[in-house]
Amino acid sequence: MIEYTSTRHNPGIDPTLHLWGWEIPVYLFLGGLVAGLMMLSGYHLLRSRWDHDRAHGHYVTAPLFSLALLSAGMLTLFLDLEHKVQVWRLYLTFRPASPMSWGSWILLLVYPALAASALLTLPDSLPRLVRRLPVLSRVAATLSGRDGTVHLIGFANLVLGAMLGVYTGVLLSALGARPLWNSALLGPLFLFSGLSTGAATLHLLSHLTPRARGDAPGFSDALASVLVTWLRPPSAPEGSRKLEQADNSFLTIELVLLALFFGGLMTSTLAHQTGARLLLTGPWAAPFWVFVVGSGILLPLLLQFLQAQRRIQSTLVPALLVIGGGLALRFILVAAGQASHWSIALP
Amino acid sequence: MSRYIMVIDTRRCVGCQDCVVACQTENNVPSGYCRDWITETASGEYPTVRLEIRSERCNHCDNPPCVHCCPTGASHVHERGGVVLVTPEKCIGCKACLASCPYDARFIHPKGYADKCTFCIHRVERGLDPACVSVCPTHCMHFGDAEDPLSGVSRLLATRPHHTLLPEAGTKPRIYYLT
Ligand code: SF4
Ligand code: SF4
Repeated sequence: MIEYTSTRHNPGIDPTLHLWGWEIPVYLFLGGLVAGLMMLSGYHLLRSRWDHDRAHGHYVTAPLFSLALLSAGMLTLFLDLEHKVQVWRLYLTFRPASPMSWGSWILLLVYPALAASALLTLPDSLPRLVRRLPVLSRVAATLSGRDGTVHLIGFANLVLGAMLGVYTGVLLSALGARPLWNSALLGPLFLFSGLSTGAATLHLLSHLTPRARGDAPGFSDALASVLVTWLRPPSAPEGSRKLEQADNSFLTIELVLLALFFGGLMTSTLAHQTGARLLLTGPWAAPFWVFVVGSGILLPLLLQFLQAQRRIQSTLVPALLVIGGGLALRFILVAAGQASHWSIALP
Repeated sequence: MSRYIMVIDTRRCVGCQDCVVACQTENNVPSGYCRDWITETASGEYPTVRLEIRSERCNHCDNPPCVHCCPTGASHVHERGGVVLVTPEKCIGCKACLASCPYDARFIHPKGYADKCTFCIHRVERGLDPACVSVCPTHCMHFGDAEDPLSGVSRLLATRPHHTLLPEAGTKPRIYYLT
């Protein structure tokens, strides 16, 4: 029998750590999502010849969307800081042992890479703007003029996307005081979760963007189109099936990584086992099994499989479920991780 | 190089909280917060019950995760005695150090920066003991240089059984509890 009392009562610390609310999970989710989008569109740029007269479907608006989402993520990260006036200090130093320092410098590199691919695709994503500002069209033409430049932009997006995706997981796994996060698999797990939510977002976008040049509703009408497309089952546009297949592979890998993540924790120390149980059987078990594993991975896997077999009509439901699952994964892991502690394992 | 440590005799401590109040007064700790605190652990079954009362604070770890994870260098190891400190003007309040400390020894000061025990470095530099050590009515707390084999703390560690908190977390804590 052991009885423990403490007179400490620090806000944010006691009775259990509660430092991070909604801001960090949303930031990690958006960071992962943008990482996924960058990798997929980077791969697309590497694989295909860029040509404005050809339809690139959903890849056209992805970079602009990514820029908007990443900026929203940066805003939530900023909102979380307690000493906001000092935020510029991040860029006065580089601390190799600090994942947060790596992250802030990676973000600084991610922006130009994303901006380059956004400029490249601008004539297709925002045709009206480009018509009004011919300089943008000249920039886009210069960027897309040479295959080497297009491939360089694609490569930069692929590599920086991977770094961003892994970093969102390493940010947590480097905090050794919280046993639940103590797994090197958290980086790859968040990367593949980011890829699956990225593929799902591309899938969503593919129902909103022009299929051929000229009939473009463009980026500005995207939100309205989301609602309209949601109400009627869309026909599967070109490339959509491939995306579903890619998404299914990412979801399967994510499921395997989750299993390995728990396998690693459950075969480690009592503190790690106690941490893992918070999700497997403890207070976070219900939302974890229902929203992350059930509706976030297994159900979309099944639906997309049936869609691919053409047994059911293609809808946006699996894509929305995947995105919801990715968000739930971050919220649950951040909350449960803060509650996991070494001293729980004290005899 | 000196290596400051604290040795606390749990057989003498009565949990009076004088150290807690002394720290709050000395360091202007905002009300509702504390840089040190008292814990009581009762273990075993009646009649062989063991009670340990401890005065706890930042362990000024030799391998401090809070310093490693700090993105701005606000958390750092002071050249004097290897004391772990925070420079408020450099801190962005990202809370990584709070999450990385297995002892939950830090908190966010209402002004927005990470705060914790400083081993009263401002007193130590003037040749004084930390405030908590100097007020303890049972003289259960000892502060000194572990690198000096003749210091009081080195002798206590050489002669008395002791333990540290959560050594399995790998931070190499520098507060030793005599048992
Ligand atoms: S006790 Fe916590 S805050 Fe203090 S040095 Fe160790 S890890 Fe850092
Ligand atoms: S809260 Fe301040 S001291 Fe702690 S890691 Fe962040 S910047 Fe460093």
